[in-house]
Amino acid sequence: MVDLLEKHRAIADRFQRMIDMGVNALGVTNDQMISPTRAIVGNREIILAGTNNYMGITFEPSVIAAGKKALDEFGTGTTGSRIANGSFAMHKELERSLAKFLGLKHCIVFTTGYQANLGMLSGLAGPKDTIYLDADSHSSIYDGCTLSGAKLVRFRHNDAADLDKRMARDDTGGGRLVVLEGIYSMLGDRAPLADFVALKKKHDFQLLVDDAHSFGVLGPNGRGLGDEAGLEDGVDFVIGTFSKSIGAIGGFGAGNHPLFDTLRYAMRPYMFTASASPASVATSIAALEVLAKEPERRQRLWDNSQRLFDGLRALGLETGTDVVSPVIAVKMPDELTTIAKWNALFESGVYVNMAVPPGTPNRLCLLRCSVSAAHSFDDIDRIIEIFKKVVAN
Amino acid sequence: MTEAEIIPIICDLLGPYNLEGKLLAAETDIPAELNIDSVGVLDFIMEVEDHFDIEIPMNVVSETRTVIDLARYVAAQKNKA
Ligand SMILES: Cc1ncc(COP(=O)(O)O)c(C=O)c1O
Repeated sequence: MVDLLEKHRAIADRFQRMIDMGVNALGVTNDQMISPTRAIVGNREIILAGTNNYMGITFEPSVIAAGKKALDEFGTGTTGSRIANGSFAMHKELERSLAKFLGLKHCIVFTTGYQANLGMLSGLAGPKDTIYLDADSHSSIYDGCTLSGAKLVRFRHNDAADLDKRMARDDTGGGRLVVLEGIYSMLGDRAPLADFVALKKKHDFQLLVDDAHSFGVLGPNGRGLGDEAGLEDGVDFVIGTFSKSIGAIGGFGAGNHPLFDTLRYAMRPYMFTASASPASVATSIAALEVLAKEPERRQRLWDNSQRLFDGLRALGLETGTDVVSPVIAVKMPDELTTIAKWNALFESGVYVNMAVPPGTPNRLCLLRCSVSAAHSFDDIDRIIEIFKKVVAN
Repeated sequence: MTEAEIIPIICDLLGPYNLEGKLLAAETDIPAELNIDSVGVLDFIMEVEDHFDIEIPMNVVSETRTVIDLARYVAAQKNKA
């Protein structure tokens, strides 16, 4: 008999090596959450600097109240997909609110951001089409591409000239979709949107931006990369998640195309899974209101990001990108050093993400920090101080 | 271009990805024998695409495991043009 799990033996060995060095960096248990930036692990209070809780919104009283009300009025779950069981009024309200926030005509809500990518990519592109994806794309984009059955062409990260070259080689004649991310999740750099939009003059294609890490974060209105670049008209489809700046669970796809809503009947990851739970939908609506009403949160996030970026660079640490971003990845020389430094940070009271290949671009090993609007300057200074003590020595 | 001409070029391009310094041959299974992870394989394929100025869609990558598989694909693309 071929043992099906035997092929994962190498992963098990690699994992064991990490455990042997200290704590399981990939499976920390927060026993208690005190705030968006503090958890109790065991009997210690930890500063959280790896949550993607960019707006620090998870404990916002108005948002919590909306979630409780939804639980009381609509119950704990939807027990089915929107195609089979129908929608709750709040699903539609959330879609309307998001479309308004984004200044787009149509929006479809998914149960997670991962499913938003699976659904949108497989709904937009089919076997006769080609998807051009950035080499550093998130796994959910790779998986959505695979599900679509389209021809998949990968271009060099953030390199519009490379995309141009690859598009010129193509001779298949189907539809073409280019996929970018607003802020790339591992290194924190952004797609040079103007370069890609300019290519539309030369090649026919539709453009999709996954704003998972940039929705609420980039642009004067917090709408994402297109908003920041002043190029929203050049972006045909926007994808986002509620798991980061919105502090809930869920995802969305949005656009202006007149046939957009037809995608609801063409996307398996939308049709064949239960819709988002009432509490999650209600907290997403309430969080979106907070984001729209309190742009100062975005300013605080950027002030904190600048402070952490400057502080870590002043220690001589190498970051994933030279541009300030709420994702600040500190480069490490190898996996064992990364594990050791991660443990030292955690021992000293700071949680960051440990990121190692193949989950990272260019085989990089990273101590990935994400900044929150809810961090105080004291928190940021404390994080820098601990990096100084245990990483930069 | 023939497969025999392409094989040594592919082996050269594999150099930077062959971290364990394994001996390369036509039958070498690239991801398995060289212990290259999924992203590494895609990065290597990009180098092959650029060297030969051809397109190797990701869908093809999963079916081309050995150096000779890849050389056959490259030859077919080059000779098509
Ligand atoms: C770029 C990108 N897209 C999509 C997702 C998936 O989002 P979610 O956590 O809502 O499934 C993530 C987050 O993990 C991401 O980083």
